[in-house]
This record gives sequence, C-alpha cells and structure tokens, in this order.
Amino acid sequence: MIAGLFNYWVVIILMMAGLYIVMSSRHLVKKIIGLNVFQTSVFLLFISMGKISGGTAPIIADGFTAYSNPLTHVLILTAIVVGVATTALGLAITVRIYEAYDTVDEDDIAEMDIENENKETAVSTVVAKNT
Amino acid sequence: MLVATVIIIIRMEKLMSAVLMTSFFSLIVSSIFMVLDAVDVAFTEAAVGAGVSTIFFLAAIAIVGRVSKPTQRKKQILPLAIVLCTGAVLMYATFDMPRFGSPDAPAQQHVVPRYLNESMAEVGPPNIVTSVLASYRGYDTLGEVGVVFTAFIGVFLLLGAGTRKSGIERTANPVAGVESMRQSIVLREVSDLVIAPVLIFALYVQWHGDFGPGGGFQAGVIFASGIILYALIYGIVPAQKLIPPRKLAYLPAVGLLLYAAVGVYGMLMGANFLDYDAVAHDPLHGQHYGILIIELGVGITVAAVMINIFFSFSERSL
Repeated sequence: MIAGLFNYWVVIILMMAGLYIVMSSRHLVKKIIGLNVFQTSVFLLFISMGKISGGTAPIIADGFTAYSNPLTHVLILTAIVVGVATTALGLAITVRIYEAYDTVDEDDIAEMDIENENKETAVSTVVAKNT
Repeated sequence: MLVATVIIIIRMEKLMSAVLMTSFFSLIVSSIFMVLDAVDVAFTEAAVGAGVSTIFFLAAIAIVGRVSKPTQRKKQILPLAIVLCTGAVLMYATFDMPRFGSPDAPAQQHVVPRYLNESMAEVGPPNIVTSVLASYRGYDTLGEVGVVFTAFIGVFLLLGAGTRKSGIERTANPVAGVESMRQSIVLREVSDLVIAPVLIFALYVQWHGDFGPGGGFQAGVIFASGIILYALIYGIVPAQKLIPPRKLAYLPAVGLLLYAAVGVYGMLMGANFLDYDAVAHDPLHGQHYGILIIELGVGITVAAVMINIFFSFSERSL
C-alpha cells in the first residue's frame, strides 16, 4: 500500500522543496533554480503515472506485450525543452534587472523602488506647490 | 538521494555550487526516467537539464554575481509553514491516486491503447513516442515549437541576441576564464576529440528518432551543446565566425515554418492540416516523410534557439 505511493511522495517532497526555494530565497537566480526543481517534480509525477509494472519502453519490438504509456512521455519530452527556453527567458529578465538596479536581491530591489517612489512623490508635490 | 540533493541546493549560498548541484540533480532524475521506461524523456533531461540549462545558469551568474545573501530566520518561518501545510494536503490527496504501476489506472485507458495497438499500422515508426509526438499530436508539438520560438523572441528582445555590429572586431573574452580555457591543453584536446562526435551523434539522433529513442528535440539540444562547447573553449568570436549570428537569428523561424509548411502541404493535397497521409502516394510513406520533415523543422528551431540564447548571454557578460 505504502510502496504504491512512494513515487508520489517523493514528487511532493521535491515540489515543496522547489516552492520553498522560490518563496524563501532573495536571489532571483536562486528563485529560478527553485522553479526548475518544481518543474522537474511535475515531470517525475507524469512519468510515474505512465509506468506500468512489467512494461517496457514504448518502442515496438518482438517479444514484448506490455509497454509504458507513450503519451505522458511525449508531453514531458516537449515540456522539458519548452522549460529550458522559458528558464532562459527568466534569466534574461534577471540580467536586465541587474543592469537596471545593479543587484538581483529581491529586498534591495524593493527598497530601491520605495525610495524612488518617495522621491517621485516629493518631486511631484514640489511641482504642485510651484504651480 | 534526490531529496538529499535538493536539500543541499536549498542550503547553498554560493550560486555556483547550487547550479552545479542542479545539474547533478537533473542527471539523477534522468536516470530515474530511464528506470521508469521513459527513454526519450531521460535522453532529453540529460541533454537539457544537465547540459544546456546549466550553461545558461552559469552564463547568467557570470553577469549577476555568485553569492546570494542568507535569508533571515524570521523570513523562513512563513514559507516553511505554507510548504508543510500544502505538502500535507497533497500527501493526503495521494491516497486517492491509482497505485504506482497499475495497468488499469485512468492514465492507461482512453487513447493510449489505440496508440499502442494501431500506431504501427496507422503511422509506422516502431518508436511510439515519435509517432504520437509527430503525427497523432502534431498540433501540440507545433504549439510547443511555437512556445520555444516565442521564448527566443523574448530573449532576443531583452538581450539583443548577437546582432551587435562590433561582434567581430572584439577580442575580449565573453565568459570569464575563456582565455585560460583555450590555453589549457587538456580541455582543448578533449574538446577537439569530442565536438565532432557530438555533432554527428546529434544527426544520428535526428534521423534515427523513428526507430530508437531520439528525435528533433533531443537532436537540436545535442547539436547546440556541441556548438556551445566549441564557443566555450575557443571563445565566442571564432564561434560567431563559424555561425554568423545574423543568419542564425533567422533559423528558428525557418524551422517553425518548415513544420507548418508540411501541414499546409497536406491540406493542399486534400487531407487535414498536419495529416501526412496525403503527402505521398502511400499513406504510410506519407506519414514517414511527414515525420522526418517536421522532426527536421523541430531540430532546426531548437538548435538555433539554444545557440542564439547562449550567444546573447555571453555577449552581455563582456
């Protein structure tokens, strides 16, 4: 009974670890690593669901009758490649944030944003007074 | 083992080692995929997760710095609580899941028996993953290639992929330590030995995807990693002389259009979009040609996108 669910539990632990990295770390690149871990856990979930005990890889050959589910393999195979492309997009955004703020630390960026906002409101009140 | 690796990743403050651990994590996951009969997926995960995505991460942290500050204790408690609660709920939900490996699970019903029993007669290739990917679910795959293409457009717009005019005259090193890499005799000799087989292996994977594990996605990534290896060892400038970035920027679109063109050709010959039965006189031959051509389109797009992204990251880090 427990053995039949072991794979799913590993998936959940990995998923939660990824979520934890995303929520707790301040460095944006590390957050993307967390997203990657989360994504990999979903891959593992799909592949686990597609497995048939006693089955073999879904390549038709003589002497085999049970094959694992090819559909989940197709979905995950394309998802992995799409995943690396979107990861690259996230990293590109991170690089641009670094160029704009000179840091990729979430808290520092938030502080700088608040400072900028204060400055802007100060400037706008000065302008309003002058006019 | 997998869980231990992830815990190490959580605790790492040096990003460099966290990225390398992520690569190791991908390698373990790909061997687990292998055990779970998903050979194609294992192949892709090994090439992508342990190869190309690690390179992208390294290129990014070469720009943004390597050390992440530790989180304060206070800030760790709330995420930890949320994660534990969510995890507990999900664990509870697994009791309703079909048991691992059971042949009568819902995931094994519906369309899957048709793929397993009929695909030899309807599509042809012994590798069912290829026939589902390229023929039964051709729309999906077209969409996925479209997403990869869109992500490339995003990176291109954000970072200006490799189209700076000064690219050729520049002699500085794109990625830190490239000069020493070129001088290191071991790295140079080994990469000389490896690059050509990597490229040839990519072509083999591309054209042999019908019969064994492989196909356009894997081949594209492997081809790109061969070129990226060359660029890492010899520097970005020779690599860009080998593959001019301006021309490379067109290739993702070429691959995607090639894919779509096969679909349109099928329509012109009187079948549905992406139905290859009408591509040649015999439906099975038509399926065969159709799959070969769209896999080529996928391979071109994926390889070109990966090389483009690598070029744009390494141009930024100058």
